[in-house]
Amino acid sequence: MPDFLLEIGTEEIPARFLTETLTELGEKAAALLAAARLEHGALKTYGTPRRLVLFVAGVAEKQMPLVREIKGPPRRAAFDAQGRPTKAATGFARGQGIDVEALVVRPVGETEYVFAVKEEPGQPALQTLAEVCPRLITGLSFAKPMRWGDKELRFIRPIRWLVALYGDAVVDFSLDGLQPGRISRGHRFLSRGAVAVQNPADYFARMAENFVVVDPAERRQIIQEQLQALAAAACGAVPPDEQLLDDVVNLVEYPTAFCGGFPEKYLELPEAVLVTAMREHQRYFPVYGKDGRLLPRFIAVHNSAPEHTETIRKGNEQVLRARLADAAFFYHEDRLVSLASRVEGLKKVVYQEELGTLYDKTRRLVALVQHLGMLLEVSPEEAEAASRAALLSKADLLTSMVYEFPELQGVMGREYALKDGEPEAVAAALYEQYLPRFAGDKLPETAPGRILSIADKIDNLVGCFGIGLIPTGSQDPYALRRQALGICHIVLEGGLRFSLSDLIRRVHAEYQGRLKRGAGEVLADLAEFFKQRLRVIFGERGVLPEVTEAVLAAGADDLDAAYRRAAALQDFLEEPGFFDLHTAYTRAANLSRGAPGGEPDPAHFVDPAERRLYEAVERLRPVVMEAVTGRRYRDALERLSTLREPVDAFFDAVLVMDENPVRRENRLALLQAVVRLVHQVADLTRIPALRKD
Amino acid sequence: MLFQELILKLDEFWARQGCVIQQPYDVEKGAGTMNPATFFRVLGPEPWRVAYVEPSRRPTDGRYGENPNRLQHYYQYQVILKPSPDDVIEVYLESLRSLGIDPLQHDIRFVEDNWESPTLGAWGLGWEVWLDGMEITQFTYFQQCGGYDLRPVSAEITYGLERIALFLQGVDSVFDIRWAEPSVAGAGSENEPPSGRMWTHRAVTYGEIHHQGEVQHSHYNFRVADTEFLFSLFEGYEKEAGRTLEAGLVLPAYDYVLKCSHTFNLLDARGAISVTERTGFIARIRALARACAQAYLRQREELGYPLLQESDRCAGAASAATGA
Repeated sequence: MPDFLLEIGTEEIPARFLTETLTELGEKAAALLAAARLEHGALKTYGTPRRLVLFVAGVAEKQMPLVREIKGPPRRAAFDAQGRPTKAATGFARGQGIDVEALVVRPVGETEYVFAVKEEPGQPALQTLAEVCPRLITGLSFAKPMRWGDKELRFIRPIRWLVALYGDAVVDFSLDGLQPGRISRGHRFLSRGAVAVQNPADYFARMAENFVVVDPAERRQIIQEQLQALAAAACGAVPPDEQLLDDVVNLVEYPTAFCGGFPEKYLELPEAVLVTAMREHQRYFPVYGKDGRLLPRFIAVHNSAPEHTETIRKGNEQVLRARLADAAFFYHEDRLVSLASRVEGLKKVVYQEELGTLYDKTRRLVALVQHLGMLLEVSPEEAEAASRAALLSKADLLTSMVYEFPELQGVMGREYALKDGEPEAVAAALYEQYLPRFAGDKLPETAPGRILSIADKIDNLVGCFGIGLIPTGSQDPYALRRQALGICHIVLEGGLRFSLSDLIRRVHAEYQGRLKRGAGEVLADLAEFFKQRLRVIFGERGVLPEVTEAVLAAGADDLDAAYRRAAALQDFLEEPGFFDLHTAYTRAANLSRGAPGGEPDPAHFVDPAERRLYEAVERLRPVVMEAVTGRRYRDALERLSTLREPVDAFFDAVLVMDENPVRRENRLALLQAVVRLVHQVADLTRIPALRKD
Repeated sequence: MLFQELILKLDEFWARQGCVIQQPYDVEKGAGTMNPATFFRVLGPEPWRVAYVEPSRRPTDGRYGENPNRLQHYYQYQVILKPSPDDVIEVYLESLRSLGIDPLQHDIRFVEDNWESPTLGAWGLGWEVWLDGMEITQFTYFQQCGGYDLRPVSAEITYGLERIALFLQGVDSVFDIRWAEPSVAGAGSENEPPSGRMWTHRAVTYGEIHHQGEVQHSHYNFRVADTEFLFSLFEGYEKEAGRTLEAGLVLPAYDYVLKCSHTFNLLDARGAISVTERTGFIARIRALARACAQAYLRQREELGYPLLQESDRCAGAASAATGA
């Protein structure tokens, strides 16, 4: 069976979208072929900046026939007593375009109906593919599609040619004036122009001849091997950098790596500045020496002929020199003004339009780190460093370097603070305030850094939620999910204890009426938002979903406690005591759910079992509370499991739903006291009974 | 290649491509896009091809002439091709060849870069073009202008002339770019020494022409500009733009929109725009730009789209009716 190939020839597709577009192309193609009943072998996608390629091996020559059964009238109505077709049957058959004799009878539930069975023969693959291709191309979705020329078609970048081949034949269709053929194009510069393709298998040979490596995986391997060889030759090393590698792979069709250099004097610039200039702005790989320090070298990848590497290297070196000259100029200029004296200038910079200036934010952060410092009982020195860092926290945003390289916020704060003679702890906190910057990034290591990082993030969260900027679906332009996750990670890592709701109320108050949503509303939304983040983290750490839910249902205002409760409960699941605890809890909770509440009154006890349970709860309460305060949740759970015996005895001895309402409510109140005590750790109704002994 | 030759070559090239070679527009502006030859002509169904040099002002980018790569006044070379032709990239690459840049010997890359001008209500998708790692051109498919969807879509090619000259001349500072030189300025025959034709025997540099301007304008933009006076100018320009537009005079009204924009940029560089006012100012300029675009579209329709070819007339009228 012949193969099928579709090549969508485009102008340069943005590197960051290529991988996901190829994935979508493969998935959509498979779905469309299945829907079109066209059987096929392996399906693969390839791509470069200038082409999206779909290759499908062994595509059937015809569609599978389509058998459809259309339900008609019930058998009773379709045939008379003599078994002759009625008007209903003949009318239905005519409507379906088949002979009335061809109707078949099938039961549907209790009743029998007549059915018209129609078989449509499959159409030839060439025709089906001609229908599939335009749907496939127009069905691809892009975050930022565009139009071009006078066409209505939208795509990620203009489509300039289409190759669609089924075996040796061209698949013929038309798409807003574009017509497929067998003429492709090779490398934009190195190829000799139009490339005729005989059939799908031939395509790959033609591309290879015309300086196009169509398989991203192959380009990646070529680049990686060259990188390593060049780094070794420069007596250096290039640390693994998957993100940059992906980007570079998708920026070229025919990769050649080369090594360039820059004047050694620029090594006086902070390493982060050099790396940013090379990596972010030019997509160069920085090269490190054996001592782990940057070498005045870089490795880049070009898309031209290897023999012109020397010219290209010189050009790239000139560009980097200009960028580093800029950076050196900014570095020199910036240091003429201390960070402290820039703070006043923050009054002129908007943080977020409805949320005031960066100066307003600075003022809030100073207040918040003082508050957090007290809550977390940091030393006076740490508190002082945190306050100073909060005051200076946004000053580096006014430097030329950060204006030019925004990703260096915090990094330059640290650099310039040290040059200004600020204490090390202050400088470190300025850098750490933005940690973690991405999933898996390092966390702040110093107490002032942790406090400032939490303050900065919670200020962003409360501010945005307070003016209704709440992430929905894939929309999270202010990266609020990442910031909430960041807070959770910092808190869990440091074992920090504080009430999230108190902090949120405090932040809301610091906004001094700027927020249009009230503290209660914001608090409710944020509490749920944080619980969602905890679900993610707990899941990553192997906590069972039902354990997570049990803990969150009982409250997660103290984030660190919530995790420890979950971990303890998960461990305890395996213990015999868990079954006891679960049984006691379930019996108490099931019966007393929705009862009016209140405290049990010993005066109304009738049966000794009531008193025994009451005494057991009263005896346990201080012990459990002490364990909880000391974060010994395992201990608390073990203690709580001793309730099984008095609970069972209670149920054996008394009928809770006594006719006497006073007794009844008193018993319910007693059971609720049991439930409340267990809720110090978790709401166990969220956990199904796991085993019974 | 001298700086002046660069401009001459591009003029020559784009003239051959059927572009009208216009001249810079005589009101200060931040970019060639703001020239009416782009801002208005990309609107509506009429085809258009134009190329011109545009001196562009970005007051906040001033560095007192001390930074080798940053200027508050620089030159763009702007090309508009409407509708964008199918071979637009090949034509652009051909223009580089005309400058003596052979794409085969270099590494030319199209790296994603999307463009947006909040003041003009305009945006587009495209690339920055890299030549051996240096950004030399902005290439944009205009999607919206003045808040209107563009049909057909124009291709906008904006060459950074200083960048290209730095590259071609192999110098590290814009101020060292050779602008003119006796041997070329004379352009005489071989037996007639050309140097005699020019008033100087050595090259005239970009620095000699523009360095003082950078120093003085930076001082003005950052330190001297009278903000009260500029605020009153902004108010006045805005009022005049509205009044003029009401009189149905789109083109003079747009001049005042440009003046508003430049005055805003000056105030911004001076640090005089308070935070709460900032987005407000931008919105005020955008509202005016949008009103101009709207009035311009109406006027062209009333004029019967004079630039529309006979063959396009029906299609053009139809697509104009669907404008946002």
